[in-house]
Amino acid sequence: MFLINCPFCGERDQSEFSSGGEAHIVRPKQPTELSDDEWAEYLFMRKNIKGIQFERWNHVHGCRKWFNVVRDTSNDKILSVYKMGEKPPVNYK
Amino acid sequence: MPNYRIHKTEYIDETKRVSFKYDGKTYFGYEGDTLASALLANGIHLVGRSFKYHRPRGIVSCGAEEPNAICQIGSKKDLTEPNVRATELELYEGLEASSQNCWPNVKFDIGGINNFISPLIPAGFYYKTFMWPKSFWKKVYEPLIRLSAGLGKSPTEPDPDIYDHKHVHYDVLVIGGGISGIISAKMAAKNNLKTLLVDDKKILGGSTIYQNNESIKIDDKLSSEWLKNEIQEIKKLSNLTIKTRTSIAAYHGYNFLLAKENLTDHLPEEKKKNKIRQRLWKIRAKKVVIATGSIERPLVFNNNDRPGILLSNSINKYLDYYGVTCGEKIILFTNNDSAYETSISLHKKGIKNLIVDLRKSASSELIKQAETLGIKIYFNHVVTNTFGYRKINSLEIMELSEDGNTTVGNKIKLSCDCLGMSGGWTPMVHMHTQSGGKLDFRDDDQVFLPKENSEDQISVGSCNGDFDLENIIDKTVNKINKFLDIDNKDYQDTNIICSKENDKRNIWLLPNKIPLGKTKCFIDFQNDSTAKDIKLALKEGFRSIEHVKRYTTTGMATDQGKLSNMHALGIIADTAGVKMGTLGTTTFRPPFTPLTFGTLVGRNVGKFFEVVRKTSMHEWHLENNAEFENVGQWKRPWYYPKNGENMHDAVQRESKAARDSAGILDASTLGKIDIQGTDASEFLNRVYTNAWSKLAIGKCRYGLMLNEDGMVYDDGVTTRISENHYLMTTTTGGAANVLSKLEDYLQTEWPELDVYLTSVTDHYSTASICGPNSKKILNKLFPNLNLSDENFPHMSFKEDKLENINCRIMRISFTGELSYEINIESKYGHSLWKMCIEAGKEFNLTPYGTETMHLLRAEKGFIIVGQDTDGTMTPSDLQMDWIVSKKKYDFIGKRSLYRSDTIREDRKQLVGLLTDDPKEILEEGAQIVSDIKTKPIDMLGHVTSSYFSPNLNKSIALAVVRNGKTMKGQKLIIPMENKNINVTVSDTIFLDKENKRLNA
Repeated sequence: MFLINCPFCGERDQSEFSSGGEAHIVRPKQPTELSDDEWAEYLFMRKNIKGIQFERWNHVHGCRKWFNVVRDTSNDKILSVYKMGEKPPVNYK
Repeated sequence: MPNYRIHKTEYIDETKRVSFKYDGKTYFGYEGDTLASALLANGIHLVGRSFKYHRPRGIVSCGAEEPNAICQIGSKKDLTEPNVRATELELYEGLEASSQNCWPNVKFDIGGINNFISPLIPAGFYYKTFMWPKSFWKKVYEPLIRLSAGLGKSPTEPDPDIYDHKHVHYDVLVIGGGISGIISAKMAAKNNLKTLLVDDKKILGGSTIYQNNESIKIDDKLSSEWLKNEIQEIKKLSNLTIKTRTSIAAYHGYNFLLAKENLTDHLPEEKKKNKIRQRLWKIRAKKVVIATGSIERPLVFNNNDRPGILLSNSINKYLDYYGVTCGEKIILFTNNDSAYETSISLHKKGIKNLIVDLRKSASSELIKQAETLGIKIYFNHVVTNTFGYRKINSLEIMELSEDGNTTVGNKIKLSCDCLGMSGGWTPMVHMHTQSGGKLDFRDDDQVFLPKENSEDQISVGSCNGDFDLENIIDKTVNKINKFLDIDNKDYQDTNIICSKENDKRNIWLLPNKIPLGKTKCFIDFQNDSTAKDIKLALKEGFRSIEHVKRYTTTGMATDQGKLSNMHALGIIADTAGVKMGTLGTTTFRPPFTPLTFGTLVGRNVGKFFEVVRKTSMHEWHLENNAEFENVGQWKRPWYYPKNGENMHDAVQRESKAARDSAGILDASTLGKIDIQGTDASEFLNRVYTNAWSKLAIGKCRYGLMLNEDGMVYDDGVTTRISENHYLMTTTTGGAANVLSKLEDYLQTEWPELDVYLTSVTDHYSTASICGPNSKKILNKLFPNLNLSDENFPHMSFKEDKLENINCRIMRISFTGELSYEINIESKYGHSLWKMCIEAGKEFNLTPYGTETMHLLRAEKGFIIVGQDTDGTMTPSDLQMDWIVSKKKYDFIGKRSLYRSDTIREDRKQLVGLLTDDPKEILEEGAQIVSDIKTKPIDMLGHVTSSYFSPNLNKSIALAVVRNGKTMKGQKLIIPMENKNINVTVSDTIFLDKENKRLNA
């Protein structure tokens, strides 16, 4: 079970959090301009990487804040956490 | 009665005699005994029958790896426990135990016939045999298998014991209290690290604690004496917690471990009472030291499973720790030096013994010692057969050929009453692999070893493949210093003398002149799989160890193959001609030893099983005989039966009263989200399908919320309380998810919006009064409030006081009747409810539950999200196009509403259904078809809501039907088990299409 370092509350048990899938998928500003395929790309297509993955987590049983996590899915190590709106750490790209 | 307890030891208190029952007969042991040691002291080896062939089986080991001595404890329906290992169960006064898997008893077992027909039950027997005829499965095969399967009996009544959970955090956790664990714990704790040391046994010390061989010394003392001193020292360390009788069950990621602490299992019945039986420790440790030791391997030869055949080192422990000898004439069969320690110990206590060693020759301190004592050693020999039905009485040995592949020369028959076997040692790498660690294979002595790959955990001692004492201590000290980044010098001058093993020879399946097909070379004692089974599996084409395991069931019993997995792997490797290291292992899954459900569940039983949410009116509902329905965690009144009414009658009465005069519903459970901020209107515009900017202050509006995929997600009425302040209501079940979803958009997509969301579901209680007389009741409660349609029209909101307490009143309706929802701070909810009931008495104000609410709204064709929708319905599918704004540029899900799939004409759409027979009530979930003649029958949809309407005096239903929008008036069929019901597609609104009743 993960130990997640919430950027607002500090280290907490995974049971306090819920996962929100892949991070940095921006909702299109003008959805009406998009073709079905382009919209489907936003709506359904998600990466499932073995290795370093950027994902969203919500401290749902805590401060209720959403934030981003860099996790290596091959060993579940969380390499970095950062707030929404902050740029992802470059060294993991 | 024979007495095999031949000497006193400090671990057995001979002043405290303990009586216990085994298979109905009373025996005596002493405090300090396990059930196994007490049975052996009484000369009892035979403790069970094997699973498949029902062969007599005896105690094999002295620990968690025991495959045979598993028993049923107690006989009470609520407290009996199956599959308890006699080798781990501490003896207590009044203990009742019995053997398992035998009938009528262990000495004469009917199932023993299986042993003689065993050639007929090879590996995969069940898969191969019970395939046909198909009709036999349900009535013949399954009951038969169920009757003969399983070990022991489960309790049939609830467990009265108390279990507990505890969360702890440590700098260092040390698993295992043997010599390497003790050294590690001492080093960590002395370096100011908060340390926890756990061991599954009653006392610390592992196998060193009863070590008494003169050739093994530390600082000129017997290693056991030296270790006792160390234990005394660590007990003084203030930041070291020691938990004995505590075993790690699971090692999860991020150094999160579960441990089971046994608190009362060793106590007599009367002392167990009102105490916590077991505690589950949930441990977070910064660093973990694994010092779980190793277990001895059996050897695989013909008839290696007779009672009286034990692991050699276990014979040693029974002797030196418990003072019990396993026989009077013992033979030790080994491929390594450790059996020599046992032999020397036995010799010193005057027990005759000899050694059969499959190595060609060997030399070491221990061997020299044995030779000096005159112990007979047969080098380069192998046991080829054993004899004796209920206990071993003799065996045959033969010389090994040069290459070890066959036997040569003549059989030598030796008599004995006990055989100790030692096939080397298997490091317990369970914890390491459970934590995600990988393994390396060491060819030298054929062991899998932890591959060091983590900064958070380390293996030390024999679980790391360090078997002699000098190696164990030196390596442990070095590794711990490095692992904890400390510089402990406590052991740098420790002087260790020990015997070093120089010669190794391992043969997984020992050679025999008898063809393999006619031998019984057991690999897995508990599941009765033999070397023959493994070979058969390979012959039949199984290659992966995971497949061979499942086909032969090797390693799948309650002991999880602690004694058998290595041999299975070895035989597969030898047979297939591959290197063992390349085969890999099966997965080591938690728990290490079985856990009871009670331990896992802890205190969360009975009323603590799940959180229960109750409204402030709950007591009133109870007093008024309500039946409750679970909605999420909420307890909601379902209906209020009067004078022995059944549900149908109660609901019919409640529904009629609500439309004829007045009804009252506890609506407190609806989700309520307080929305404030200068961008609140814009926010609602984006999350609902309809427009919100123009909603006047003091007005309410119904909103439909979609997922980004265009499917209906939630609905509810939102009220504009002031310029920048709204109160949103959600469905009862959806409240938490809606809040999460809104927070998600607010925080991640639209952080520029000035909006704050607060859940106020629990802060307000809501009484919803509906019916033609509701206005009169409101007037009695709020005499100063102008209730005229001009001042307080439908879909509007007023605030007024009820005896000084502020109330928010919404005139909104989910029943189609004139209706008011009164919201008050929760602490006044109960009073509000009682005042409503009082005021409504003269109007027959009838409390109604969720069932009546569902019926009333169905009459009006109002949907319930989650009942009439299932995550695949768009607003258009629900015939609710009117609520989707055409003008708004964007809202959640808008773009998806014109994807090629969502604009398909033949989607399932919501329709009404009327049965041709108005008395016939449809079943919710029933399938709908139009043609039952053409097969396969085309399924068009299903019934989502169905009721008998007392107000219309007929059955009504809502359903989703493919292309339903175009089908009004069309006849359809609902095929049921014993009849076909004819229905006609209708409008979804069954009552008051003109909404006249809203203003009645």
